[in-house]
Amino acid sequence: MNFTLFLTQNMQLKHHRIIVLFIALAAGFGLLSAQGRRGLRINEVMIANDSTSVVDDFGRYQAWVELFNSTFGPLEISSVYLTNDSTNPTMYPVPLGDVNTEIPTRQHVLFWADGEPNKGTFHTNFTFTPGRDNYIAIFDADGKTLIDEIVVPAELLPGQSYARKQDGLGGTGNAEAWEIRDGSDQKYITPSSNNVIRSTNSKVDMFAEQDKNGVGMAIMAMCIVFAALLVLAVCFLILNKIGESVSRRRKMKAIADTDHADTDHAREQDSGEVIAAIAMALRDHLEAHDRETTVLTINKVRRAYSPWSSKIYSMRELPKL
Amino acid sequence: MTFSDFIFKNLQEFWHLTGFYNATWEHLVMLVVGLFFIWLAIKKNFEPMLLVPIGFGILIGNIPFNTTAGLEIGIYEEGSVLNILYNGVSAGWYPPLIFLGIGAMTDFSALIANPKLMLIGAAAQFGIFGAYMVALLLGFAPDQAGAIAIIGGADGPTAIFLSSKLAPNLMGAIAVSAYSYMALVPVIQPPLMRLFTTKNERLIKMKPARAVSQDEKIIFPIVGMILTCFVVPSGIPLLGMLFFGNLLRECGVTNRLAKTASNALTDIVTILLGMTVGASTQASEFLTSETIRIFLLGFMAFVIASSSGVLFVKVFNLFLPKSKKINPLIGNAGVSAVPMSARISNNLGLEYDPSNYLLMHAMGPNVAGVIGSAVAAGVLLGFLA
Repeated sequence: MNFTLFLTQNMQLKHHRIIVLFIALAAGFGLLSAQGRRGLRINEVMIANDSTSVVDDFGRYQAWVELFNSTFGPLEISSVYLTNDSTNPTMYPVPLGDVNTEIPTRQHVLFWADGEPNKGTFHTNFTFTPGRDNYIAIFDADGKTLIDEIVVPAELLPGQSYARKQDGLGGTGNAEAWEIRDGSDQKYITPSSNNVIRSTNSKVDMFAEQDKNGVGMAIMAMCIVFAALLVLAVCFLILNKIGESVSRRRKMKAIADTDHADTDHAREQDSGEVIAAIAMALRDHLEAHDRETTVLTINKVRRAYSPWSSKIYSMRELPKL
Repeated sequence: MTFSDFIFKNLQEFWHLTGFYNATWEHLVMLVVGLFFIWLAIKKNFEPMLLVPIGFGILIGNIPFNTTAGLEIGIYEEGSVLNILYNGVSAGWYPPLIFLGIGAMTDFSALIANPKLMLIGAAAQFGIFGAYMVALLLGFAPDQAGAIAIIGGADGPTAIFLSSKLAPNLMGAIAVSAYSYMALVPVIQPPLMRLFTTKNERLIKMKPARAVSQDEKIIFPIVGMILTCFVVPSGIPLLGMLFFGNLLRECGVTNRLAKTASNALTDIVTILLGMTVGASTQASEFLTSETIRIFLLGFMAFVIASSSGVLFVKVFNLFLPKSKKINPLIGNAGVSAVPMSARISNNLGLEYDPSNYLLMHAMGPNVAGVIGSAVAAGVLLGFLA
């Protein structure tokens, strides 16, 4: 093999590896992105705050937008865009450098839509118009990738909010997942708090109510445990069969090859002259060494070994200088 | 204030900080319990790797001190050294690391050669759900009952993992109970195995398992992880680490990692886990009527698990040809006390027939029990968390 060919092949191999690595990294980062800011959700909106809801830091009743971190990790939202205009996705960039722009796991943050961004990070440069449909959207830092959007219906009265029925659930722009809330006992308004207030674990409550003696749990769980191990057992029974069949085939092939080779060998070399020559050679050889059977020669094998130079103790070879 | 008053006042304050001043009878009881664990481990050789750290941890956790002084020494005081070490238990990241080591130590050949033994590992999980039902009867809430019942899986790390998620307040009692019964496997299981088997059944000789190829050993952790985690995604932390450790062992190109996972890493985590679990049994948290009930339930779960494994083999044998019958003495190994319960099967088998070695056969259900209990924990977590 000439040097150019060797180099070309190596380069191809390296390129191949780099491409595979690149694809793996791209997939990894893609997933990271999917689990990150894409989990930001518009959760509740009040278009006209009529003094029955919360006040901002300046004591004023302003329209507000509640964002919810639906992921199970903290979410840094600086540099994402909030907008009330679908043709202008980069209307209000959430400022950098504010520690409060990191939303803790499954928590909320409130933005005041008062058109006064100079009052702080959480005051947007746009406002809403009561009495007509209001569009609200979040775009990622590139100003193009839509994270979430919703159209708040015109019939929302002052003091009412438009909220997701369950925090963060229902996807993007899905009006079915939203409802108008008027602050009554059933339709409470919850700025900076969960839209669904749970005092207990609903799953545990369900089991406590429906499966008082635990028989249901025992049946379901044992079925699942058996199913999991049964699937594994069946899978390996099949693999066993395949393995046995492959090894049987290999064994047969090996036997056939050996028989074939032996037959050819015997046909070619099974002559009296050859056997006689081998026998003579062996006799000479064995007789020559018979006199030396009591002589034992010991050579010291010297190996310059030290843990300091051992490859076992290092991750890789030392650099060649 | 005179100088003598000053000396007296400071000595008095110091006296109020000492263990002698703050000791209660509960502390003394727990210290005796800790000493008993250490005695069991050193003198009786009951799981010394577990009981020495736990026993000494109980001593550490029950040294009386003034809890109102804000000394940041108690395991439940945020920021204390013990509290930082305890994070691995409370946040549940020690158990998956232990599972990594178990995976790197375990040879799944017996299971791969005879996959039907996996079902024995599944059957032994009856203990968990039997105990769950009794725990509900005793008035525990479903999530607490689930956390207690997992003791029946005979798997300390799994019990800690699940209780840290479902019932953190009961974790100390559950963990100590699980490890105690794991240590008492040689006492609890043999009478049950004798009770549920006939002499003829104990003499059944099983065919030696076939040799398993390297390829099969490599495929097992990959397929095993994907299949079991697809069925129970909530078991990913435990099952993922178990199979990952096994792949490190079997793939043949990561011997250094496998060696570290199965030796140094497991040893370090075992020390920290055992010691902090022991220290978490502070008398005020531990000596309650709930703890006694948890110990009783744990015992019952263990008995049901061991018995159901043996009984399942007997039922299973009804459907197997005579040449492929399974010795029911390996049924007890369905609980995941690896490899102690498999050794019990072997010893009992040899007692009745000195040429009947059951160890490798029992290792199949034994490691299936590890997988089974992790799956059961995932199911409980999925249903109740």
